[in-house]
Amino acid sequence: MALWLAGMIRGASYYKKTLISITTRSSRAFASSGARDADKGSFRTPYMASATAFISRRFRSSVAGQQLDHFSSHDDEDKGQVRTLDFPGGRVPYTSEMRFLPGSSENRVECYRVLDDDGYPLSSTPFQHIDKEVAVKMYRGMVTLQAMDTVIYEAQRQGRISFYMTSYGEEAVNLGSAAALSSDDIVLPQYREPGVMLWRGFELQEFVNQFFGNKNDIGKGRQMPTHYGSNKHNVITISAPLATQLPQAVGAAYSIKMDKKDACVVTYFGDGCSSEGDFHASLNFAAVMEVPIVYICRNNGWAISTPVTDQFRSDGIVVKGQAYGIPSIRVDGNDALAVYNAVGAARKVAINEQRPVLVEALTYRVGHHSTSDDSTKYRPIDEIEHWKTARNPVSIFRNWVQRRSWWSDKQESDFRAHIRKQVIHAVQVAEKTEKSPVGSIFCDVYENVPPNLMEQEKLLKETIRRYPQDFPKDVPLGN
Amino acid sequence: MLGILRQKAGGAMGLSSQGLGNHFLSLRPLTPALRNYTSAVKEMTVRDALNSALDEEMAADPNVFVMGEEVGEYQGAYKITKGLLDKYGPERVVDTPITEAGFAGIGVGSAYHGLRPVIEFMTFNFSMQAIDHIINSAAKSNYMSAGQINVPIVFRGPNGPAAGVGAQHSQCYGAWYGSVPGLKVLVPYSSEDARGLLKAAIRDPDPVVFLENELLYGESFPVSAEALDSSFCLPIGKAKIEREGKDITITAFSKMVGYALKAAEILEKEGINAEVINLRSIRPLDRATINASVRKTNRLVTVEEGFPQHGIGAEICASVVEDSFGYLDAPVERIAGADVPTPYAANLERMAFPQIEDIVRAAKRACYRSAPMAATAS
Ligand SMILES: Cc1ncc(C[n+]2csc(CCOP(=O)(O)OP(=O)(O)O)c2C)c(N)n1
Ligand SMILES: [Mg+2]
Repeated sequence: MALWLAGMIRGASYYKKTLISITTRSSRAFASSGARDADKGSFRTPYMASATAFISRRFRSSVAGQQLDHFSSHDDEDKGQVRTLDFPGGRVPYTSEMRFLPGSSENRVECYRVLDDDGYPLSSTPFQHIDKEVAVKMYRGMVTLQAMDTVIYEAQRQGRISFYMTSYGEEAVNLGSAAALSSDDIVLPQYREPGVMLWRGFELQEFVNQFFGNKNDIGKGRQMPTHYGSNKHNVITISAPLATQLPQAVGAAYSIKMDKKDACVVTYFGDGCSSEGDFHASLNFAAVMEVPIVYICRNNGWAISTPVTDQFRSDGIVVKGQAYGIPSIRVDGNDALAVYNAVGAARKVAINEQRPVLVEALTYRVGHHSTSDDSTKYRPIDEIEHWKTARNPVSIFRNWVQRRSWWSDKQESDFRAHIRKQVIHAVQVAEKTEKSPVGSIFCDVYENVPPNLMEQEKLLKETIRRYPQDFPKDVPLGN
Repeated sequence: MLGILRQKAGGAMGLSSQGLGNHFLSLRPLTPALRNYTSAVKEMTVRDALNSALDEEMAADPNVFVMGEEVGEYQGAYKITKGLLDKYGPERVVDTPITEAGFAGIGVGSAYHGLRPVIEFMTFNFSMQAIDHIINSAAKSNYMSAGQINVPIVFRGPNGPAAGVGAQHSQCYGAWYGSVPGLKVLVPYSSEDARGLLKAAIRDPDPVVFLENELLYGESFPVSAEALDSSFCLPIGKAKIEREGKDITITAFSKMVGYALKAAEILEKEGINAEVINLRSIRPLDRATINASVRKTNRLVTVEEGFPQHGIGAEICASVVEDSFGYLDAPVERIAGADVPTPYAANLERMAFPQIEDIVRAAKRACYRSAPMAATAS
């Protein structure tokens, strides 16, 4: 509360000082709305001082040199009154009315959708043509995610793997966005976007090998479950500390820009993740560096137990994009077609105009945060049920696909049975596969294994040979 | 050079009985820590020990408040703050957005202004997002302000490897924070440690980094009636001899104390009588107790889960070489985590961290009960 007031006062005294030189009406208005407080505040001097410092610093830089004449006062004048201020970034109109920008606009930013909750296209929304083949692949992907989530979650409950995170409820954001990208686009995910890898051909067995950290896991048993990555599929390995992918995405996008590639970077993040400083650094840099990047926010209402209302007081994430000078759109994240359209369009802008674009998808985390969480402790079951049934992204899309006769009830039951069997089979195979060998503890710490690690490895193998009873049986020694 | 000289002097002084850091106890009258309690013992989990310590300190001092991700409604990711929101309300049990740099900084600022924040990191891995506030502000403000602004803040949360969560969730920050002047770094093992040290940390006028261990939260330990008293408190900077012995000294902290004690039991059966030191405090480090023990046993093995290079074991070894070199009858051996980021796969993870058998074998080598490793001998 105190902090907020201080901010207000600081703003007010700045306005006061500016306005005094222009009209007297406004300063009277000010006097009636708390000038006494402002006068007591000691903010005015430092604030003005820093503003001056800012200006002179800008003057020194070479880029700012071009801006020099913007500052000079050939302002348009009307009856001797200065109307606008030429300021870097464009003309700023003057006003005699003292008006604070509201903390939020009266109406929330609207949400773009193509299909209604029953999967009927809204008559008013034109949408991108989508091939049968693409649509069916999207749908199969969504069902595959569900099957994988069901079986692997259960496997974790049985203690066969240590950890898992489901994507329940976010299947449309996953597959709708994945389908709209090119496989050359580099993806930096958060962790609830396995659909992107699935779309790009990462196989079920590869997923499951990762969960079990066996010797066929392309990640060599290094990463915790669901924190995969695959260079071949242009998906950067997931980083557990939140938001680190976001500034890194700008770096990757900068390199794409340098290479003049017909591709962009796509980075995913959650509502909670947007509170980290890295999020803000990323958006600002992306805007200033004019890099081709598509930000996809999965605003799923919750960050573990923290609801979005405790996370931020802005109208979601979409307005933050705008605040950083980034074109931004809000879409219905449970409408796969809307996500597909919006991401496709965002991608075009990002590449053609070489600038970032932000897509905020409103969706819902139907599952628990992870296998370490029980979300019924902090959110109403009704809420979960509502999103699971009335707003179910998979059935919304299925209705649409099926109405176009691209899918049938028979295909549905066949495919579900088939894919479930496949996941179970993958689990059995992964479980039977030999574990990662001792050597994979020591390689890849550096590009080339240094002598001290070679020595450690040798020593460890020797110890295991000498004291086999002290070590687990499932460690292949290799050679 | 000056640093080395001072260290020497400190070590020597420490050995001459006075013990370290009595000035830490001047804040409030404290019950002195007793080593052997005679009264009836009760069992308590480390989780309950931490929770009750927080509760009692919040009850005793209205300036104490806790803040962090999910500490309120959710009662903490590991339920350490259970029941506190109901008891003390949302003004003193503050749920935050996911911005570690934000709430660590807010904590430091509130400490500048007289509050006593207890900042919970969901795990210490995420303190990396906030480390500037801890090192460049919390640790240095007292010095930079020439003693005008002290920072009575506690940063706490689980530290060290957990189970099956991979490289970015499994590492020990003891050596990191242990190298920073201005910080105090505490590493509880048992429930008594957890209670006594957390209370000391909260009452302390300086910033304290309080490194817990997720895998110990559910473990039960006997606690004496003294330790259950709300006035109970342990001295910061004092190690505890968990087990007396005469043949070899084993130093450990946090979860590794339990491993060292188990290793000592095994060694006992083989006729080796090990002394186990629970460090309790990494900064200040109780060089006096460690050196006194080594002068008695003439042998030392250090155990930690952190990385070997520049680790706690390296610091202890240096201290012993500086102060008690002439007393050593065998090379000091450091047992540490492997010099690699933590792998996820259970079989690899197990081998990346010290096991009880590693301690036993090292102790036997130091006592010349087994041949040294061929690789090192040849
Ligand atoms: C720096 C950091 N702080 C805290 C965490 C613990 N954590 C993991 S996921 C998560 C919630 C993230 O929520 P959100 O970004 O909304 O993604 P969602 O899980 O809803 O998909 C938290 C707090 C972390 N991984 N990294
Ligand atoms: Mg979320």
